[in-house]
Order: sequence, then C-alpha cells, then structure tokens
Amino acid sequence: MTTAREIGMVTCRVCARVWPGADGRCGRCGARLHSREATSLQRVWGWWLAGFICYIPANLYPMLITDTLTGRSDSTIIGGAIEIAQHGDFLIAGIVLFASVVIPVAKFLAIAYLCITVQSGRARTGQGRMRLYEIIEFIGRWSMIDVFVVAILSALVQLSVVAQIQPGPAALTFALSVIFTMLSARSFDTRLIWDSTAREVRP
Amino acid sequence: MTATAAQSQPQGSPQDLVGCPNCDQVYRVPSLGRGARAVCGRCHTVLIAPRGETYSRVLALSVANLILVIAAVFHPFLEINAAGIVNRVSLLDVATSFRSGVLVVVSVASVAMIVLVPLLRTALLVYVIAPLTRANAPWPGARIAFRWAQEMKPWAMTEIFIIGCAVALVKVADLARLQFGLAFWLFIALAVFVVVVDRMLCAWSVWSALDEADAQRPKP
Repeated sequence: MTTAREIGMVTCRVCARVWPGADGRCGRCGARLHSREATSLQRVWGWWLAGFICYIPANLYPMLITDTLTGRSDSTIIGGAIEIAQHGDFLIAGIVLFASVVIPVAKFLAIAYLCITVQSGRARTGQGRMRLYEIIEFIGRWSMIDVFVVAILSALVQLSVVAQIQPGPAALTFALSVIFTMLSARSFDTRLIWDSTAREVRP
Repeated sequence: MTATAAQSQPQGSPQDLVGCPNCDQVYRVPSLGRGARAVCGRCHTVLIAPRGETYSRVLALSVANLILVIAAVFHPFLEINAAGIVNRVSLLDVATSFRSGVLVVVSVASVAMIVLVPLLRTALLVYVIAPLTRANAPWPGARIAFRWAQEMKPWAMTEIFIIGCAVALVKVADLARLQFGLAFWLFIALAVFVVVVDRMLCAWSVWSALDEADAQRPKP
C-alpha cells in the first residue's frame, strides 16, 4: 500500500489524476493540488462554529407565523413537528424531526469527533471514520427540508383574511446553519483520517 | 461485479496511475470491462466505473432534464383551496415570496438550490458531453465546465424539495386543502433522471475521454 505523498506525488481530489511534485494546479481538470489541505481543520472548525451559532436561534425563534381568522400562532422547529404528530401524521412528523433535529445534532457531533480524532491521532482505524464522513456528507443536505417547507408555505398560503403564513426569523438562521455545516463537512480533508492511522501503526 | 484495483505498487508514468481522492492511495489504472468497477482497497471509494459508450444516452437525458426544469419553473407545483379562495404557486412565486428584509436570502437560496443549480449543472453536462458523443474535440472550457458540474452536485436539491412539498401538504391540512400541480410531477421525473445520469457517468472515464479527444486534435 502506497500513498501518493509517500512517493513524492500528489493526487487531484477532483479528477483522481496523480501528479509528481507537491502543489500547483492539476493539468487535467485545473483544480488546485494539495498533498494535504494544510488549513483544512481550521476551516472545518470555523464553519462548524458558524453553523452552531446559527443553530441556537434557529431552535428558539419561530419558523412559521400563521395568521388565521382566530388569531396568530407561532411555531418553532420542534413545536411544528409536535403539531403534525398531534394530527396523527407520525411519519411526516418523524421526517421533520429527523431532518431538522437529529441530522443537525448528529452532524455537529460527527464533524467534531472526526476533527478531534485527527488532531489527537489516537484513533485506531480509518474505515469506520471514513464511513461516518460519507454518511454525514450524504445526509446533511436533507436538513434543508424544513427551509423549503417554509418557503413553499409562505408563498402558497396567502389567502387574505382567511389564512396567511409568514416565515419567522428561524427560517433564515436554520438555512444558514445547514449551509455552514455543509461547508464545514466539505472542508474536511479525508486523507487526514488515514494519515492519523498510519502514524499509529508505525512504531 | 466488483474488481479491486489490483497493483498497488506503482511504477511508470503518472498517466497510468489513479489516486484515491479520499485516502491518497495510488494504484495502476486497471483495464476494466463494461460494468466492472475499480474500488480503493483501503477506503472502498469507487475510483473508476466505466459504463461503455453511454454518452448519447446521457446527453439525451440531460437535454430532457433541461426541458423539465424550465417547464417546471413556470407551472404551479401546489395549489390551495380554502373557503372558496384558490391560490396556485410556481417556483417563480416562491422566489419572490419572502418580502420581509433579510428573509429574501432564504427564498433566493431555496430557488437557487431547487432550480438554478440543477439547471446550470445540467447545462454544463450537456456542454461537456455533446462533443464526446460524436468523438469531436471538446468545446473550449469543457474541463472547467465538468469540474464545476462535479462541484455543484451536493447543492442541487430537487429531491429534497419533493419531500418538502409532501410535508407542506400535511402541515396545512387542517387549514386548507392542498393539491399537487403539474410542476410537482415534473420535479419527480427530474429527480429520477438526475440520479440515472449520475449513475451512468463515470467521472474518470469522462476525464480520460477529454484527454483522448484533445490528443487527437490536429496541432497547428
């Protein structure tokens, strides 16, 4: 087993072509070449923190503001999911809770875990952590469901006095939180996972 | 059928090598039959998965996707009926719905992820693939176009929007009656076609095809 770095080469992360040398631009696809992204972890933590800061008000402020003949009601992310569940639609309530609560929280924990294990270099294998990274990359986008629901409803439910739906401030902070955590995950250089295991194996 | 990329002790020129973008392992490019895949032995990332000469099918589907997106923008995807008042919305209406201050950002970002990114990405793919179907030299900037098409992939969220429509339907069930419009079904077709196109396209094969097509071009 040989890595590109061990033989003095660099792999293009976009097109998988291998080039001699360390840095520069890929001659095939034009992407920037980095043997390892030196600032990867800094950028991951930066976006992670931005996403986390946005996630707090996203849960405290209302996501949707509904005006009907009987009055006005606000609903937060979790409150909205509970309302759906009270109507008996447990599947949809489950999807909303999973997309807006379980996925973001799991994602914060998973990214932090990956960074910490890479920084401390104490994890034994790369297999499981690579799998974890693939899952958060794949699943993170699905948190946008609630943002789209707000966008759809506030455009659709404009029925003069009968019913009106407005987006609440949480719609913005939640959307930002999802975008920031996606950027955080994408900034992570997965090759660092494997470097940290290689270090462990060698005495 | 799965074939692990065999030779892991690389020698020879860099053209014959493929590196794993996820773990940096280097392999000799194996000769693969149609349907076979080269998988990284360490992290199991799929490196090469040639699909044979599928460019004309990819092109046809991509053109269909372009038409679907454009048609879907102008037709309503949901309609509401409450106390005799009927309202229909298209994605154009969604784009202009958040009138209050910073929330404009949300509607612009939503529409970008639902329509603009898929549209742009499909257009870039058509631009890259079209000359390859006739084994012509790539059009100028094809490499940048293909790189951008790859980078945009996670930001195209058509399938997430479809689930969002279903949630919206349930959410206002006690307020009003909702129905799916034409554009909703167009979006479902689009989401399926996008997955099919992505499965048919092997990025390594496209890059190699671009290299070959450029090499054949007569040098002045």
